[in-house]
Formats: sequence, C-alpha cells, structure tokens
Amino acid sequence: MKSIHALTVAEHRDFEGARLGMWLFLITELILFTGMFLLYAMYRLKYAAAFHKASLELDVVIGTMNTLVLLTSSLTVALSIEALKRNSRKLSLWLLGATIFLALVFLVNKYFEWGAKIHHGIYPGSQELMQRNLGEVIYFNLYYAMTGLHGLHVLVGMGVLTWIFVLIARKSRKKYVVHNPHVEQLVGSEIAIVKGDKEGWRVDKIDDNVEQVEITITYEPKSGEVDLPNIIKLENAGLYWHLVDIIWIFLFPLFYLIS
Amino acid sequence: MASHAITEVQHLEENYLQVKSRWRGIFAWIFSTDHKRIGILYLVSSLTFFVVAATIGIFMRLEQLTMGETLMSADVYNRLFTLHGVIMIFLLIIPGIPATFGNFFLPIQIGAKDVAFPRLNLLSWWLYIIGAVLAVTTLFLPGSLPDTGWTFYVPYSVRTGSNVALAVFAAFILGFSSILTGLNFLTTIHRLRAPGMSWHRMPLFVWALYATAWIQILATPMVGITLLLIIFERVLNIGIFDPTQGGDPILFQHLFWIYSHPAVYIMVLPGFGVVSEIIPTFARRTIFGYKLIAYSSLSIALFGSLVWGHHMFVSGESDIANIIFSFLTFFIAVPTAIKVFNWTATLYKGSIALEPPMLYVLSSIFLFAIGGFTGLMQATLPIDVHVHDTYFVVGHFHYTMFGGTIWVMLAGLLYWFPKMTGRMYNKKMAYLAWPFMFIGFNVLYGAMMYMGWKGMPRRYYDHLPEFHTDHVIATVGSWLLYIGILLLLGNLVVALYKGTRAPDNPWGGATLEWQTTSPPPLENFTEEPVVKHEPYHFRKEDNG
Ligand code: HEM
Ligand SMILES: [Cu+2]
Repeated sequence: MKSIHALTVAEHRDFEGARLGMWLFLITELILFTGMFLLYAMYRLKYAAAFHKASLELDVVIGTMNTLVLLTSSLTVALSIEALKRNSRKLSLWLLGATIFLALVFLVNKYFEWGAKIHHGIYPGSQELMQRNLGEVIYFNLYYAMTGLHGLHVLVGMGVLTWIFVLIARKSRKKYVVHNPHVEQLVGSEIAIVKGDKEGWRVDKIDDNVEQVEITITYEPKSGEVDLPNIIKLENAGLYWHLVDIIWIFLFPLFYLIS
Repeated sequence: MASHAITEVQHLEENYLQVKSRWRGIFAWIFSTDHKRIGILYLVSSLTFFVVAATIGIFMRLEQLTMGETLMSADVYNRLFTLHGVIMIFLLIIPGIPATFGNFFLPIQIGAKDVAFPRLNLLSWWLYIIGAVLAVTTLFLPGSLPDTGWTFYVPYSVRTGSNVALAVFAAFILGFSSILTGLNFLTTIHRLRAPGMSWHRMPLFVWALYATAWIQILATPMVGITLLLIIFERVLNIGIFDPTQGGDPILFQHLFWIYSHPAVYIMVLPGFGVVSEIIPTFARRTIFGYKLIAYSSLSIALFGSLVWGHHMFVSGESDIANIIFSFLTFFIAVPTAIKVFNWTATLYKGSIALEPPMLYVLSSIFLFAIGGFTGLMQATLPIDVHVHDTYFVVGHFHYTMFGGTIWVMLAGLLYWFPKMTGRMYNKKMAYLAWPFMFIGFNVLYGAMMYMGWKGMPRRYYDHLPEFHTDHVIATVGSWLLYIGILLLLGNLVVALYKGTRAPDNPWGGATLEWQTTSPPPLENFTEEPVVKHEPYHFRKEDNG
C-alpha cells in the first residue's frame, strides 16, 4: 500500500513583531542614558560655574567634526536601507560600508581626543585633576563616563552593522532541518522530492537499519528577489544607529558648548 | 528574529517532553528554544537557588540562637546576609514567576505556539545562569563574597575590600536577562494572540505579566546604569558618587530606588496574576471585577514608579519630599486593595474546593495582607523613623516577598505541576507540609517584627540580652518553615518519578492551558485554538 506522508515546512516571520521588539529595546537604552543625564543635571545645577570653566578645555573642533561624522552616518544608513528596499544590493552595501567607515572615524577621533586629555594628565583619579575644584572633577568624571558609554554603543553598533553587511553580501540563504525521530513509522517507505509533477530525486527504501532520517532544505533567493529578512534586520540596525546618533546630539552641546 | 516553525503534518501527537531534537540528554534542555523547556529550566534553577539561600538563612538564624560569636564572625554574617539577599532577590524572585510559569504558560494561555523570539528567550536563560555563576565566583576570588547587603549602597560598596565589582556586574547581567524576558513577553502578547483572543479575553495572569513586562523594560535600565557606575568607580576610579570627587552618595540611593521600588512590583504583580487564576478555578466562579483587576495591575505599574523616596525618609530628604512620597505610598495601596476585594468577592458564594493550590493561595493572601499593612505603617513618617533599619522591616519584607510572592509561586507550582509534567503529586503530603510552613513562617517573621518594634537592628550578627527570647523563638520557627519547604518540594521531586498520571484538566480549570493535553504537545495545541468567550467560563464537563 502506498501512503504519502506530506512534509511541510511552514515559515512564520513576524516583521511587525521584530520591529516592535527593537523599539522596546531602544526604550531601555534611552532610559539607561536618562539615568546619566539626570546625574549630569543634578551636578550641573550644583556646580554651574565649574562646569562652564571645565568645558572650555574640550576641543570644540573635534567635537563638531564628530557630530558631523555621526550625522552623515545616520544619513548613509538610511539611504542604505532605501537602496536595499529598491533592490540595489550593491549600492546598499556601499552605503552600509560608508556608515561603518564613519563609525570608525568617530572612534578614532575619540581616541585622539581622549588621548590628548590623558596626556595632559586629565583623567579620573589623576593627580592633576584631583587638585582642581570638585565641580571640575565631577565634570570630567561625567565626561569620561558618558562619552565612554556612548563610545561603547558606537562600537557595538559598528559590530552589528558589520554583521548585517556580511549577511547581505552573502545573500540570505535559509536552511531548514527536519528531524524525524519516528523512523519506525517510515520503515518500508521511500523518500522522494516532488516539484510540480516532476520527481526530483529519490532515496533508497528505508529499512530497519536506518536509525535516523534528517532532511535539510536550503532556500536561496533568486537574484532580483526582494531580500525581506535582511531588510528588516538592516532597518532595526538603522534604528539603533539613529539612537546612538541622537544621544550624541545631546552629549555634544552638554559637554562642549556650555561655556 | 523570526521563528521557523517546522510542522510535520501527519505526526504522532507526542508531548514536548518526548520530542527528540538534535541534542541529547541535558543539551536537549539547555539548547532548547521551546518556551516550555525554558520555563522548566528557569524553574529548576531558581528553586535550587531558593533552597540554597534558605539554607543560608537557617545558618544566620543558628548564629542568633545564642549570644556572642558562636557559629560565625560578624564578617561572615555580613557576607551571608548579602548572599542570601542577592540570591533571593536577583536569582529567585525577580526572574521568579514570569521566567518560570510565565514562560511556560503565557504562550499557551493566549493560544500561541511559542514566544515571539524563542532564541532570545534561550539567551535570557543563559544570561541568567552566567550572572549566577559570576555571583558565586566571587566566593573563590580574593576579597571573597561582597559584604554590602543586597542594596550595594555607596560609599561602602566602593570602599570595601570584598569583591563587589564582580557581584555588581553579575547583577547587571541578570538585569539584562530580565529586560529581554520583558521585551519578549510584550511582543508576544501584542503579536501572537490566537484568533478571538481579544485583550479582554486574556487570562489575568497574562495581564499581570503584561504590566510586569513594562516595568521590567522601563525600570531595569535605571539600575543597570547605577550598577555600572559602581563598577566605573571601583575599577576605573571614575567617581560619580564619591564626595571627595564632587559626587553625592544620596544620588545613588535615588537611582537605586527608582528601579528597586518598581522592582517590588516586578516581584509581586505576577504573583497577583497567579492568584487570579487559582481563585476562580477553585471557587468555580468567574472572577469578580475582571477589568478592575486587569487595570489595577497597569495602574500599579504606573504609580509604582513615583514612590521610591519612601526608602529614603531618613537619608536626609527634605520634609516636603518626604510628605509627598509618604502620601503617594498610601495611594498605591489602593489598586492592591482593589485586587484583594475582588478576590474576596469571587469567593463569596463560590463552591470552594480547598485543594492544595487553593490552600496555599488563601494563606498567602493572609500573609501578604500582614505585609501590606505593616508596609503602610512604614509609609507613615513618624513610625518609619522609629522602625527604619530594624527587624521590623526584615519581618515586613519577608511577609510581602516570601509570604506574598514565593508562597504564591509554590501555590502555582502545585497548580500547574500536573500540566507541566503530566504527573500528579501526593496531595496528602502537600497538605501535611502546610502547617509546618504556615506556623513556622508566622513564628519566625512574627518574632522578627516584634523584636524590631522593640528596637532590634537589622544586619547585626549578635543581639542584646533583652532580645534573646525572641531570637530563640524565631530560630525555632525557621526550623519548622524549613521542614515545610523541604516536605513540599521533596514531595514534588518524588512525584516526578512516582506520581500517578495526571489527567488533562485535574482541577477543572477554564483557561486554555487546561484544554490541551498534560503535558502539552510541542506546539501546545493539536489545532490552533479559536477563542469564543472570556477566560473564566466554566462548563459542566470540565469538572475535574
Ligand atoms: C527559610 C527561609 C528564609 C529564612 C530563614 C530567612 C532568613 C533571613 C535572615 C536571618 C535575614 C537577615 C536579617 C538580618 O540580620 O538583618 C534575612 C534577610 C533577607 N532575606 Fe530572608 N529568609 C528566608 C527567605 C527569604 C526569601 C524567600 C526572600 C525573598 C524572596 C528573602 C529575602 C531577604 C532579603 C532581601 C534580606 C535582606 C538582606 C540584606 O539585609 O541585605 N528571604 N533573611
Ligand atoms: Cu518601595
């Protein structure tokens, strides 16, 4: 008797859900920084004059440069998403590459900026710093803590963008593995793949010696097909990147432009 | 972030415990993305931590059985209550009900196959275990266990030689794990409800998890940053709270409690949800005031974020701030009382079956009420100045957290155990454990409150002669309580191996988890359920 076991691979993808999840995550990030901004506000109220004085020592040129760099990178990532949506993978990759490069530029700038400060002996707990008045000390402590935490986010964002770069470059290939633990049900049957009415391939009869059946199916998108799963990933990474950008937009004036 | 569900159309309906995967043995658990297995993983790990920390509690009580230094030095006692508090708070009660029963039953109760992000869910558990391992590692590193108390107050947490940085980092990771669980649940509830499962048809447990998840997301990052700053201060010398660097330690307390008060609702709201499930089932009546209970959870989540200052009445807050915080704290008792009244109204004229889960739930409401009333006493400024930092507070929070949440968690375990494992435990033993737990509990924490009222300070390894009798009584109570816990949990462990087969609906419950098999199949239902009525709709046939 011939019975047919149908094997279906159902795919459940909830893009709305993925986006919602990302927004919720962004909220947590915002609150994390809100804690720091609250501290900043309290201390600035307490030591307004010292904050003014200390902020004169920051390099506004580097700060402005970095602001421009991040703003541009926000633009490039947005364009990259748009490009992928319109199916020009190459352009999207170029724009994404540019974003990653700009992130790197930001970090290198930051490195030199911090390096110069540390060179002048201004770093947390340094002798030079501890001789100043308390307001300036806390200003620089906050400066290092907040820009440091932000820098860490830039680094993470860079990592995420790079990962997605690789995904897009590799095309999205999806693999499904179906395990059938109930081999005994299959004993005596044959496995074949049927496409339309054409039979693709067929394997030997499954007998008692077979212990496990595993079927792996791999999908590869045809060229010209819109790459939805990667679009949503890129969109989410883009959202994260905008957040990193926005936080800097607040940090910049609060530290560099208050005098 | 999408989930791939692979369905075999004609398969034998096997339950989730029988399904074989790529992995064998323990790996089939710790690498599984099935929400049910992850729920069990959390359950086993958090109950293990519970027993460990309870044992530490027993040792602390033993030290207080006599006066002077007998079992341990003051230093060891300090480290032990810190460890006890950290385990109970961060490893047991915060992940607690959401990560265990929430993981297992939230998708089933809304008729979904899994949570929205199954892999993220597994990651949450791994982060939880990594956090736990890091916390324990401090024991073996120079500096040993932290001795700051679970609150990690600066400046002591920055100055002490004990290993605070790693412990705090562990708590940070645990916070991250909690955030991911919350995020996952919110998305699941928004996106994956079965056809017909409108918001007002969701079981109240789901509502409670929903409110909790919002608090997890909104409050946890605040403590995350606060803890990070302690690490910055200890490791990198970036003093943010250090007065010698212009900082203000009081700000630490503010940030800490902006999280940690809402966190008490992370601890207790899911417990309320479980109560709202168990009561209708055993009163065989639909819940009274469904919407009031659902929305009171949300309003607790909302107003709970405005009362943190009540932990700082004696920390030099201004009088005005104190009065405002005191008033708001009274105010927040209202939605909680709404729930209690609704539960009572549900019981009224119900046909009550005092099965083990119901017994534990009813006694928990009693204990939680004591915790709640003593909480109101402490919200009253003059009283708080008197009892602050005494055993009165220790008694109070054990009544709320242990008597409220953990007690309900045990009730939930008795309620859902047959569904999760397909086995029924020995009910007589479950009844037998009760008097030990109930009497032991009240003797232990009642005595604590009493001596706290008389002035016994908390976090001391020794006591003055006038408190001696009270301490002896409390210690005896702790033995009874401990025996009760072991009887209760031991009974369940035995049932895993020797329990009789549980029917699909042993209690006659009406929510969706009782409409599927015990234990449920891999994807929870044989057919996707369609919901046609509100959750507590009892039918005659379901009488278990
Ligand atoms: C058999 C069970 C338990 C026993 C015997 C016990 C006993 C104790 C004792 C003796 C203390 C120290 C009091 C002091 O010297 O200040 C303490 C503190 C504490 N307990 Fe428990 N407890 C138990 C269960 C729990 C549970 C279930 C929770 C929470 C879910 C909990 C949370 C805490 C917390 C947060 C502290 C404060 C730690 C600190 O001061 O930093 N305990 N407990
Ligand atoms: Cu509070």
